[in-house]
Amino acid sequence: MNSQNIIKRSATSEITPAPHVRDHQMEVAKLIDVSTCIGCKACQVACNEWNDLRGEVEENVGVYDNPRDLAPETWTLMRFTEHEEEETGKLEWLIRKDGCMHCEDPGCLKACPIPGAIVQYANGIVDFQSDLCVGCGYCVAGCPFDVPRISQKDNKAYKCTLCSDRVAVGQTPACAKTCPTGAISFGSKEEMKTLAATRISDLNERGYENAGLYDPEGVGGTHVMYVLQHADDPKRYAGLPKDPKISGVVEGWKDVLKPAAAVAGAVAVGAMAAHFISVGPNVTEEGEESPDDAA
Amino acid sequence: MYSLGDGAKNAKPRIFHIEGDPDHPVSRGSLCPKGAGLLDMIHSKNRLLYPEYRAPGSKEWVRISWDEATKRIARLLKDDRDKNFISHNEKGQLVNRWLTSGMLASSAASNETGVLDFKFARGLGMLGLDCQARLCHAPTVAALAPSFGRGAMTNHWVDIKNANVVIVMGGNPAEAHPVGFKWVIEAKIKNKAKVIVVDPRFNRTAAVADIFSPIRAGSDTAFLMGMVRYLLETDQIQHDYVRSYTNATMIVREDFAFHDGVFSGFDAATKSYDKSSWTYETGPDGNALRDMTMTHPRSVLQLLKQHVDRYTPEMVETITGVKKADFLQIAEIIGSCSAKTKTLTWLYALGWTHHTGGAQIIRGSAMIQLLLGNIGMAGGGVNALRGHSNIQGYTDLGLLSLRVPGYMNLPSDNQQTLQQYLDETTPKDVIPGQVNYWKNTPKFFISMLKNLYGKHATKENGFDFDLLPKWDRSYDMLAYFDLMYQGKVNGYIAQGFNPLAAMPDKNKTSLSLSKLKFLVIIDPLVTETSNFWRNEGRYNDVKTEDIQTEVFRLPSNCFAEENGAIVNSGRWLQWHFAGQEPPGDARHDPAILGGIMTELRRLYAEEGGACPEQLLHMTWDEDTYHDPSFPHPEEMAKEANGYATQDIYDDSGKLLYKEGQLLNSFADLRDDGSTQSFCWVFTGSWTEAGNQMANRDNTDTGLGNTPGWAYAWPANRRILYNRASMDIDGNSWDPHRQILHWNGEKWVGADVPDFPATIPPGKEAAPFIMLPEGVGRLFSAKGMNDGPFPEHYEPVESPIAKNPLHAKVTHNPTARIFQNDAERMGNRTEFPYVATTYSVTELFRHWTKHSHLNAMLQPEQFIEIGEKLAAAKGIGHGDTVKVTTKRGYITAKAVVTKRMRTLNVAGQEVDQIGIPCHWGFEGATRKGFLANTLSPGVGDANSQTPEFKAFLVNIEKTDEVAA
Repeated sequence: MNSQNIIKRSATSEITPAPHVRDHQMEVAKLIDVSTCIGCKACQVACNEWNDLRGEVEENVGVYDNPRDLAPETWTLMRFTEHEEEETGKLEWLIRKDGCMHCEDPGCLKACPIPGAIVQYANGIVDFQSDLCVGCGYCVAGCPFDVPRISQKDNKAYKCTLCSDRVAVGQTPACAKTCPTGAISFGSKEEMKTLAATRISDLNERGYENAGLYDPEGVGGTHVMYVLQHADDPKRYAGLPKDPKISGVVEGWKDVLKPAAAVAGAVAVGAMAAHFISVGPNVTEEGEESPDDAA
Repeated sequence: MYSLGDGAKNAKPRIFHIEGDPDHPVSRGSLCPKGAGLLDMIHSKNRLLYPEYRAPGSKEWVRISWDEATKRIARLLKDDRDKNFISHNEKGQLVNRWLTSGMLASSAASNETGVLDFKFARGLGMLGLDCQARLCHAPTVAALAPSFGRGAMTNHWVDIKNANVVIVMGGNPAEAHPVGFKWVIEAKIKNKAKVIVVDPRFNRTAAVADIFSPIRAGSDTAFLMGMVRYLLETDQIQHDYVRSYTNATMIVREDFAFHDGVFSGFDAATKSYDKSSWTYETGPDGNALRDMTMTHPRSVLQLLKQHVDRYTPEMVETITGVKKADFLQIAEIIGSCSAKTKTLTWLYALGWTHHTGGAQIIRGSAMIQLLLGNIGMAGGGVNALRGHSNIQGYTDLGLLSLRVPGYMNLPSDNQQTLQQYLDETTPKDVIPGQVNYWKNTPKFFISMLKNLYGKHATKENGFDFDLLPKWDRSYDMLAYFDLMYQGKVNGYIAQGFNPLAAMPDKNKTSLSLSKLKFLVIIDPLVTETSNFWRNEGRYNDVKTEDIQTEVFRLPSNCFAEENGAIVNSGRWLQWHFAGQEPPGDARHDPAILGGIMTELRRLYAEEGGACPEQLLHMTWDEDTYHDPSFPHPEEMAKEANGYATQDIYDDSGKLLYKEGQLLNSFADLRDDGSTQSFCWVFTGSWTEAGNQMANRDNTDTGLGNTPGWAYAWPANRRILYNRASMDIDGNSWDPHRQILHWNGEKWVGADVPDFPATIPPGKEAAPFIMLPEGVGRLFSAKGMNDGPFPEHYEPVESPIAKNPLHAKVTHNPTARIFQNDAERMGNRTEFPYVATTYSVTELFRHWTKHSHLNAMLQPEQFIEIGEKLAAAKGIGHGDTVKVTTKRGYITAKAVVTKRMRTLNVAGQEVDQIGIPCHWGFEGATRKGFLANTLSPGVGDANSQTPEFKAFLVNIEKTDEVAA
């Protein structure tokens, strides 16, 4: 990807807008069909391998989720939920690949006080320009999906790039290419929606009346979408928020405070970061990730 | 594989990235977590870089040179062989065997290395030879060969997409075979297929299945015989197919019987059967009698009805714990596939093979598929899913104690001449007009002898038949390690094999290895076996100084560093190319074996010794290989295919091959020494037209068949028995699944016909060409050791008091248990819970734990336990537990889950505990116990593959530090 492909840029006022001449390009999306995901974690490995990430060998804490959580060195991971239907006793093992959703209206980008540290390309990918990142944590607070993680090593934020380097040269993201069952697809957002519709109708036929597409409007839609068997209850999938929104604090703050912060520089940013980190990811609801659900 | 450099002399290739091959018809560019993590396996910190030596009693490795290692190993082998070689047995029969040293060959190595493994071991007269197939799919061969004629996956991965119903039992392909599993998902998405999983655990295959039922581990035979009963009772069978293509019509001898769990001919003293009654009644012409109405009381169909009559849905529930309603729901779906236009594919793996009755479980599915008319059909079949990358190839190459290449047996003591061997092993016709392809056994066997012994093999000396070691009993791994335990084995070679981790009853294995005088490890990675003498605290609590075994550790290449072929589950021989050289001073396996063999040959030529001809006649010389100390894979690939050893003419005098030309087909093999071929089923894989295994044309010729991709044995056939996809007149049972048609002259179509191409429709020849009857066997005749019909027997360690079918015969009467192992069996009072071991998707056996990328995904030993039992035992998520059997204990983290349910079996509650088997005291994962500390040393009655899937344990929460 090239700087001319950037259409949105953090902490940048309307006086110096992002370039728009090279916008004649396809909006991309990754579609994750939860109903055909076998939780094999090949995507996790391919992500780590391609992106030169090596996390710690942790412990088993009584669940299949390993590593335990997203981390600076873990940009995607499987979250496993055992769900038993109360009436029928039917057991489901729901496995959701978690990671950056690449929101059309990215809360992280809006929250970021450093000019150009978070960008969005014309194809929709949201990317961190890590050399500019100061590790303030605003993006963490701004993300309705609790995705970015700050590294203890270099105090910078990290998350999935949707393999922007691969996509730029016509390759699919590493996770999508490796996915053995084809549960991860990649293409134009429109194609992915069409594909999702065929999957949803198959699931409807198999008795999943509430199967549907997860492409939440509250963040302007996402460039990573899910086909869910139970789209009426996304929380069932390890706490996927039902109606994610960028927090009002970030929305308001973006217009009022951020330019000042940008001028004031990193010291002021650091002080504010402390506040926003303590606020935490705004939209995650309580109890969504209790250990019982995550087993 | 992406490798540094452009091949320039100064650019040393080094692999820096691996992703899937998008052209590959099966993977289509995808990789499973193990495949995606291979970069860290190839560059693991645990790669061995130079030869090492551990002296008796020593606590450390010492680096030695290749020259020193090779010479010392050759000397140790020769001295032991010369001292203990048995040229004649007690009866005075010539046997030429060496029992005090043995070898494990690696099913992760290429076919070409496998050729050398065989020549190496048999060239020395070893019988203690096995590969991972012994611990894996040996029961598949034991079950499918007597059922259909060949012991391999009938269809292939891509073909699964053609199924209407996918049944997974005794396997977990979403986890163990994710890349192939895409074709199950394809069947679901494109073919609206229903996926059914029956397994002790709700696993990740169940997560995407339509129907799941839990089952008690070790009870599958009862489920399957119940299914046979349901199909017969409800008359949901494919009648035309059953009549024409199975032995349902054949009349069984009058003295065949089955009473109270025992078939006719049982000898309690030897725990074995005299199988003479297990065959067909013959007429005056010697041909087997048939009743095409299948109503004769002794027709196979009627006998089968009688045999399965006891397996009512209620009895199935009693034995298996599968609820009657669930059983019937599944039965209804299976029954619907008796329609000619619906097919069901059966997928299984080690969940079936790892039982004392493993082969008979597999027989059960073979019988159901015959009744449904699903063998030979696209989207049908009994599909054995293979594990190790080349375990199919190593099985094909006969790297098992009593086998030779191409599914033939090593001669026994009583087969003293070539002629006698051939007379006894070549099947006679039993029904007129059948193909009975094994009648060509002499051509295959003599061509193999000609390959092994080259110019020394002449018609006059029986093609050096005498030099093949003869056997008196099985020397499978369980048997051989028991001999080792008794102190009767001195030397052992473990190539790409980690028996301390892979064998059952690790503590016994450890004591066995301690009794060796020398152990030679050939491996790319550090294995627990290579360090079996090292004290690792609780994980390997041995007295190092007391272990007097000398150990050599020789670093070898991994798959990414060699050219060669590996055979996938679908029998495709696929050629791969090296991406880099082995690291450090590591050598290719052929160079390691070649170095030792060259030194041995030098010693025998100079010093003489016990039966020097056995190895000096073996084709391992300058005439065979450009460099016998490092034969190139291309040389072995070609000899596996085979050559004409002289000019060959057809009956009309036309020249078919000039001397030295590669053969096109096993149909051209001769029994007069004019052809040689190491492994007849591979003939056609490397012809004068080039290396067919490297073919990369992925054109779909129909129904997902890609005959231009790689080379499938036999004769590039992709769907075995495909003639059975049509009725006897050549009409496809299902027009949408037409694989072949008769074009007026021969059979042609999407696949190569698994049938003589020019036998026209309407002839009596039936599709199962490898069986003398020509038809599939519902009644396996003399093919199995423990009965022609499957019968449910309890696992040796059973949670219930007695077999609900026959209280006096609770266990398989023919199961072999050595006294040393019998003493290590537990009972249900002390060990009340059923345990089952398995692999999880993140790791491959004990190999990929060396890859950091994979170690992150499943960092340490855990067990799975149901919520109910966990609550009763006070065990919570992530608690450390101690799991104990009579044989030892392990500690592990507890995964408390809804996916393990308490079952009701024979009127009592049975809880099952899942034990993944991956970790150990070496690797990038956290250190821990070897899970096979727990499993028992008893094997399948037909193949001696150990019981890893159903045994008894106790479990307690512990304060000990986690694994």
